[in-house]
Amino acid sequence: MLENALRGGKRYWGWIAVLLAVIFLGFLAYLRQYGYGLGITGLSRDVTWGFYIAQFTFLVGVAASAVMVVLPYYLHDYKAFGKITILGEFLAVASVVMCMTFIFVDMGQPLRILNVFLHPSPRSLMFWDTISLGGYLVLNVIISHVTLGAERKSVAPPRWIRPVIILSIPWAISIHTVTAFLYSGLAARPFWMTAILAPRFLASAFSSGPALLILFCLILRRFTRFDAGDKPIQKLAEIVTYAMAINVFFVLVELFTALYSNIPHDTSHFAYLFLGLNGKNALMPWMWGSAVLAVGSLILLFNPATRHRTATLVVACCAVFASIWIDKGLGMVVTGFIPSPLEAVTEYSPTLPELLISAGVYGVGLLLITGLYKIALSVRRELAA
Amino acid sequence: MYDTGKIIAGLLVFLLVITLPFWYNLATGKAGYTPELERPTDARECVRDSAYMAAHHMDLLNVWRDQVVRQGARFETGSDGQRRERSLTRTCLGCHASKERFCDRCHSYMGVQPYCWDCHIAPEEPRP
Amino acid sequence: MSVDRRRFLKIAGLTTLAVASGSARKALTADAADSTMATPPSPPLTAQRWAMVVDIRKCLAAGDCRDCTLACHRVHNVPDFGNPKDEIKWIWQEPFERVFADQEYEHLEEALKHAGVPVLCNHCDNPPCVRVCPTGSTWKRETDGIVMMDWHRCIGCRYCVAACPYGSRSFNWRDPRPFIKELEPEFPTRMRGVVEKCTFCEERLARGKPLACVEACKHKALTFGDLEDPDSEVRALLREGFAIRRRPSLGTQPEVYYKL
Repeated sequence: MLENALRGGKRYWGWIAVLLAVIFLGFLAYLRQYGYGLGITGLSRDVTWGFYIAQFTFLVGVAASAVMVVLPYYLHDYKAFGKITILGEFLAVASVVMCMTFIFVDMGQPLRILNVFLHPSPRSLMFWDTISLGGYLVLNVIISHVTLGAERKSVAPPRWIRPVIILSIPWAISIHTVTAFLYSGLAARPFWMTAILAPRFLASAFSSGPALLILFCLILRRFTRFDAGDKPIQKLAEIVTYAMAINVFFVLVELFTALYSNIPHDTSHFAYLFLGLNGKNALMPWMWGSAVLAVGSLILLFNPATRHRTATLVVACCAVFASIWIDKGLGMVVTGFIPSPLEAVTEYSPTLPELLISAGVYGVGLLLITGLYKIALSVRRELAA
Repeated sequence: MYDTGKIIAGLLVFLLVITLPFWYNLATGKAGYTPELERPTDARECVRDSAYMAAHHMDLLNVWRDQVVRQGARFETGSDGQRRERSLTRTCLGCHASKERFCDRCHSYMGVQPYCWDCHIAPEEPRP
Repeated sequence: MSVDRRRFLKIAGLTTLAVASGSARKALTADAADSTMATPPSPPLTAQRWAMVVDIRKCLAAGDCRDCTLACHRVHNVPDFGNPKDEIKWIWQEPFERVFADQEYEHLEEALKHAGVPVLCNHCDNPPCVRVCPTGSTWKRETDGIVMMDWHRCIGCRYCVAACPYGSRSFNWRDPRPFIKELEPEFPTRMRGVVEKCTFCEERLARGKPLACVEACKHKALTFGDLEDPDSEVRALLREGFAIRRRPSLGTQPEVYYKL
């Protein structure tokens, strides 16, 4: 089955070559970081987590979103998703691998990473995050391998896989919940210490992930002979619509609580995000951009005419993805540190090596997705032939 | 099995290449070389017997490290009844005065790079 | 009463052991004149709960005095990078209004408002940094409440930095060695990629020496002692006047008190 990833035309290999080049550049940048230390990033004493951890957080959401195709198909027997559940599961696999790589490149002492298992500390949420992410990866690898293998032989998947699939549903919820708890349990950072963080993470995940899946389906329709069909794409679009609406609602709920209660420690972070603090406002244009994209995407998605039209649906999905990427991948993590507990407003922006390393990690993820989707599509084509 | 001949030949070449350093040392007659370590001149008992120390000093140091840092147990009484501090720089290097001529000689021969000295500061080298 | 007796026996026992070890070491080193172990350590200083009292008035009167910082950073090989991005700090001065930002004293006494107040790790009774550490690299010592760090085990995830509500923790963004002006051979440096902070001079207490910052403060603004001992100096200071702690509402129970 895996050998299918090694067969392809010029365009396939060209794309692979581009990805390998990006990964190689990222690897070179990582070697420099390894030699110099994390000081090569834009991080500082006041802002100690940045781009890497933010990408990790965002991608946990993308990984968890696979549940939005798995749940309707397996729990509610929603047949239209039959063709794309495997795409969702493979997207989850690639995303979890990216998450783990982002954590790895953020470690000050990467060679000691096994200490997490040698000295397990169940009091730390990081321990549970490791378990839930690792478990989710294993679950999705097993599920996709077994179901695709059965499909290839035109037999029903073995009975034991069903409980495993059912288990993967709450597990998907858990990965993003535990990731949110990582932040929301810290009394030192009022910006994160909010009970709605986990629900907000899930809503943003269930809009950005399926939006990405729609885009992937449309790309596959354009460049390969695989067509997911209009029905599942439209169903996904509905999921994106409602999840995005709930996400925006949650953000507004958050803003209300912080701003109306008017506790300085809570409001100062939002003030930094949207207005700037002490004259520092690097994130302000991004956050307003994110807000505009969110509202714009909702207009396009709620209007049936624009949701049904492929061109406008693409715009809407890109807007959803970009809006949430800015919110989680830029704003969420860094703003927890601004202002600092000693009220210092230290800004952060990623450096070139940091961006190259991040691009490399995304390259690894895209390479995995490309290879895995190639396998899935080849199996399907063999069956059709 | 397809291409049995090619596979076995390939494996042989691979084995030859990765064992090249051994063949090289055999050919140049360096195979019997062992590094010369400087031992303390006044022969006193080491904290454990020498055979154990030669093979397991790193394990002992790891145990000492955890006992000192994590349990605050800085001292131990040896089987000889001597009470001594669990300290790399004070106890070990108290006798083995030259890090260069004791630790480093063997470590560089073995190609091991312990990270002790990234943080701990070795006492000044005595003149030979 | 029984507690007192137990404590007395413990301290007496420890003292005897330490003294005995001192003489044993003397005997051991007597025949080796070149040994680096020439000076036997004094009996360790012990307590059930170490705590510190900072007299802000005395600090205020001392003006730009930075003796505590200089002494601490010198004996602990704390590097000076000369830029705030890579900065590592164990004990340093912050303006009063920032240290006690949550207390929002308006129309505060002018002198106090911008006065530098020494801040350091609070060695909390209920430390959030310990709770979040995924490897047990930082923990609260049961014997005396010091929040310890194991720089051999730290993986550099910086979760503790995010969890500390006092900004007391620093990360080694790069190799600190070249930025230490004068190496103190008695104390290790750190390697890049680990978190560090004040450890209440546990290595000095073990050798019977007071905290470096306390020793260096010629204005007697810093006092340390056993909070569980009603006759200790810290208890006397807390008894006689008003002292506050940083962000008490978080429930971390800091053990550094600020006397006004």
